[in-house]
Amino acid sequence: MHIPDGFVSAPVAATGCVVAAGFIAYASKTTSKQIREKQIPLMGVLAAFIFAAQMLNFPILGGTSGHLIGAALAAILLGPWVGVLIMTCVLAVQCLVFQDGGLFALGANIFNMGIVATFISYYVYRGSKFLFGEHRRRILVGGGLAAWSSVVMASIACAFELAIAGTVPLGVALPAMAGIHALIGIGEGVITAAVLSLIMATRVDLLELQKA
Amino acid sequence: MKFKWWHGVLVVALFLALLSPLASSSPDGLERVAENKGFMETAQEAAFEIIPDYAMPMVGNEAVATILAGIIGVLMLFGIVCGLARLLKAKGEA
Repeated sequence: MHIPDGFVSAPVAATGCVVAAGFIAYASKTTSKQIREKQIPLMGVLAAFIFAAQMLNFPILGGTSGHLIGAALAAILLGPWVGVLIMTCVLAVQCLVFQDGGLFALGANIFNMGIVATFISYYVYRGSKFLFGEHRRRILVGGGLAAWSSVVMASIACAFELAIAGTVPLGVALPAMAGIHALIGIGEGVITAAVLSLIMATRVDLLELQKA
Repeated sequence: MKFKWWHGVLVVALFLALLSPLASSSPDGLERVAENKGFMETAQEAAFEIIPDYAMPMVGNEAVATILAGIIGVLMLFGIVCGLARLLKAKGEA
């Protein structure tokens, strides 16, 4: 879902950059107060894992592919603000080094996949834990659902940006983007639940890290 | 150095980079919509290129070029995010 330059107009791209910068500044402030020694390597390896996993496009219907975003994993394991920072680093490296996502569209991409996806998945995960309790299987379902929602909501944000930029009407962009990402999101949900299940089997304390 | 759990995650990330040539090269969700709805041509070329399309330039073998790009990205992100986290932690304690 990396927007290349040209898909969004200059005002939309600029707005994206300003909004993203504000979130990043606040995320840095919050993280610097809360971060503990133990979380530093987890942040590093999670960013590395998300980058690698994003390279692995999986085929979905009709000659289209999707890949993990990873915002849900980051938000569930480390909280939304650290999640924003991790996703920002991943998206910035993809943009600056690998030319995936436009330079001017970086703010919009950070907004969609780093901010919208992170906060949606965090609150869906929290909400499902609140509603259904902390039983192991329910946590996995909640994590998967959070991951699916994060992809769909990020694609909806992207559709709005395309429409505001005048690239494609909202009535066209919204169903097309949400529809295809409802499928891609299933992959995100399955991968997220699988990783959470692995963590619960080996290092369940990691799931409690961001609570304390 | 004692093996810690997060070393394992880094190894998994590097292993995923080795699998990257197997990834589907079909257009992703946004590209599919752009093609179907006819706004693909509004995309602009990147202003500069370092490792475009996750393939190391000047490497003849496509799979090797992709794997190298993946390994570089994994190590870069591990370094950058650990560095940033240390910096923020130091700032918070100051």
